[in-house]
Amino acid sequence: MNDYNFAYLDEQTKRMIRRAILKGLAIPGYQVPFASREMPMPFGWGTGGVQVSAATLTPEDVFKVIDQGADDTTNAVSIRKFFQATAGVDTTEETDKATVIQTRHRIPEAALNEDQILVYQVPIPEPLRFLEPRETETRKMHSLEEYGLMHVKLYEDIARHGAIATAYAYPVKVEGRYVMDPSPIPKFDNPKMTMPAIQLFGAGREQRIYALPPYTEVVSLDFEDYPFEASKADHSCELCGADDSYLDEVIVDDQGGRIFVCSDTAYCASRQTALQDAAAAQHEEISA
Amino acid sequence: MYVAVKGGERAIDNAHAWLGEERRGDHDVSELSVAQIRKQLSLAVNRVMAEGSLYDPDLAALAIKQARGDMIEAIFLIRAYRTTLPRFAGSEPIATEKMACDRRISATFKDVPGGQILGPTFDYTHRLLDFKLAAEGGLTDAPEGDAQPGDVPHVLSFLDGEGLIQQEKQGAETPPDLTREPMELPANRPLRLQSLARGDEGFLLSLAYSTQRGYARNHAFVGELRIGDVPVEVDIPELGFAIEIGDITVTECETVNQFTGSKTEPAHFTRGYGLVFGMSERKAISMALVDRALRWEELGEDNLGAAAQDEEFVLSHCDNIQATGFLEHIKLPHYVDFQSELELVRKLRRDTMAGAGNTHAQEAAE
Amino acid sequence: MLATATSTSAMQGGFKDVPTEAARQFRAIMNAIARPGRIETLDGATPPAPMSVAAGVMVLTLCDPDTGLHLAGDHDTPNIRAWVQFHTGAPIVPAEDADFAIGRWDALAPLTTYAIGTPEYPDRSATLIVEMDALSSTGAILTGPGIKDTARLSLPETDAFLRNALLFPLGLDFFFCADTRLASLPRTTKVTKGGAS
Repeated sequence: MNDYNFAYLDEQTKRMIRRAILKGLAIPGYQVPFASREMPMPFGWGTGGVQVSAATLTPEDVFKVIDQGADDTTNAVSIRKFFQATAGVDTTEETDKATVIQTRHRIPEAALNEDQILVYQVPIPEPLRFLEPRETETRKMHSLEEYGLMHVKLYEDIARHGAIATAYAYPVKVEGRYVMDPSPIPKFDNPKMTMPAIQLFGAGREQRIYALPPYTEVVSLDFEDYPFEASKADHSCELCGADDSYLDEVIVDDQGGRIFVCSDTAYCASRQTALQDAAAAQHEEISA
Repeated sequence: MYVAVKGGERAIDNAHAWLGEERRGDHDVSELSVAQIRKQLSLAVNRVMAEGSLYDPDLAALAIKQARGDMIEAIFLIRAYRTTLPRFAGSEPIATEKMACDRRISATFKDVPGGQILGPTFDYTHRLLDFKLAAEGGLTDAPEGDAQPGDVPHVLSFLDGEGLIQQEKQGAETPPDLTREPMELPANRPLRLQSLARGDEGFLLSLAYSTQRGYARNHAFVGELRIGDVPVEVDIPELGFAIEIGDITVTECETVNQFTGSKTEPAHFTRGYGLVFGMSERKAISMALVDRALRWEELGEDNLGAAAQDEEFVLSHCDNIQATGFLEHIKLPHYVDFQSELELVRKLRRDTMAGAGNTHAQEAAE
Repeated sequence: MLATATSTSAMQGGFKDVPTEAARQFRAIMNAIARPGRIETLDGATPPAPMSVAAGVMVLTLCDPDTGLHLAGDHDTPNIRAWVQFHTGAPIVPAEDADFAIGRWDALAPLTTYAIGTPEYPDRSATLIVEMDALSSTGAILTGPGIKDTARLSLPETDAFLRNALLFPLGLDFFFCADTRLASLPRTTKVTKGGAS
């Protein structure tokens, strides 16, 4: 990979992306158009996140990549290897050791800090896209702050199902202005979005970048009588016992047997290690 | 106890090794060379160059070999390579009237100055499998004629002279560059043509076909189709003039379409335009038809709601690299989102079965 | 003759290793705009006087042939023009066409000249790089995205920034440079006059 520039992209492309990131941070929740490049992985597989990470990484960074909350899912492995090869950065699976975290579909369970950057891979950045497929129309709606269509959709959900029938990519309003797609994270993660870390969103195929500065007000859309609810499976993790983390359901036999485990593998591993250490310490105490 | 499956990295490495083995196939069969692909599968090479937006037959041939003949995969390889290349200069517009034509036909005139040249076409072959080609290979020599000297005028320029066809005025502005700027809608015609030129051949073929079958029919005739080599010139500021840096093969199609006119404007024909790298005439004709359909507003026609008239629809979906990436990404794990929906559906079912759903629905409806 | 004389110095004062230096400097710039009022330190550029190191780094990191740069007041010198041209290729443009503008606060005025974006594309707006004698976390009180509670910054004035914030989501974004120090005030930041601190 030595024939390629640091972090793969050429400098002019990185400057173009960097300018878009700065505008994104200046106008939180607004989707900044950028001239997304063809990357050596397919559109839809994280090219937006990869371009944002490439424009953000420095040689000193420690990089973590998760997909579905896990570090060892194949696409996460593939993206991590790409930056190991092209940027020579150190990588980690431990959330608190990472300075830049690229994610698909999850926000880590451990609270992020001021020195961290969370980069989201975004498939469809337009929260209104499935209500109005035309970019020319949705752009007008954002400019006029005309979000009635979204409220009608949520209200129709309630009429039909008795609840807002959106479980992931649940729309949010940023600083009382732009309605934003938080990327397809489960709505369980939405409340975490007001955080000390910088959040950057990259949609490669759709050519959009958007951003949230630290502590930006992010509110999940709801109604007074149907308030937003950050839900998860009503179980605790089979492996670490956590009852505050988002859980994956795993089918373990063909008799309907299933267990629930943390989707955030690093969080689960750290808790398991802590439990083992505590058990070992107790054992030592007893033997002493 | 449950242990989560690990080893994504090893699985990927093994999959890639297997892929390499499959690409090479049976070792008893001699390996295909890039030169063989370039010289003997040249239409495949042309398509990869056109949709990859990179004129380099050797790299296109390599991409086809590496992609095991999967054309979209090969186009993708070329696109990903192309985007890393530095730009040294922008060429002058190519002058297709200076083309050394291998093929040049007009469907609108029986004969035209410069003549009709059939060229190396499948057109009148009988589509019978040639078993001799399988048994003995095909070493054939075609009789050679003399190349015609001088420029070959465009057929539509004859109509132009009489004012019978809508004029294409030269714009002063530098066209936008789709590969360097984000797509902005509504687009102008240069941007549309760029997008169509690298768009998927199959997608454009079907859209063009749909216009012929009545979805925004525009009565297209091939005014002229020409294929051949044109010189590419680059302006060198230090020298103060342009120099020729090489030749490229292109296919150009101009269609003569449905006439228009009004009380104030005399009747005249309209046109569509297609230009594609290499010998790619199906694509060039399709492009011209779709271009023409997209011009409905400029030419004062009605929007019939046809797919081929819908600029945003066509431009947003004609790129096969974007399309295939997004289509195939649904193979990636989505279990976190699925889990959230699973929980939601279970909750909604519980509510419904408890009768709560009905009450809420009623309240909400009121 | 003059061109030869300036081009020697114009060729100096750029990043030593562009890809890694630009990456590090961009991170500091991004941190500044993501956390309005926070003072970052930039280095790696030595532009001709009177341009500060921080402003020089901004130019090297963000400008290229695709961005129009406006040089205001005493920053519009042949040396600076030559330096910008050599290192970035950015076209020097009048204020109304600027993506970036650099100069002292008085020289950048009037702010109404610069692009503030359109309702459909609020990002098509200018970024102003303001040269200051000094920069400190005193004076005006800042609140808004990127700021946990409040921050303070020694702004050249407050009224202009109050008016700018009212334009949101349109508006200008500001960076303030003093020597190697950099702070930012995007259009989202609300500014109130602060007493001594």
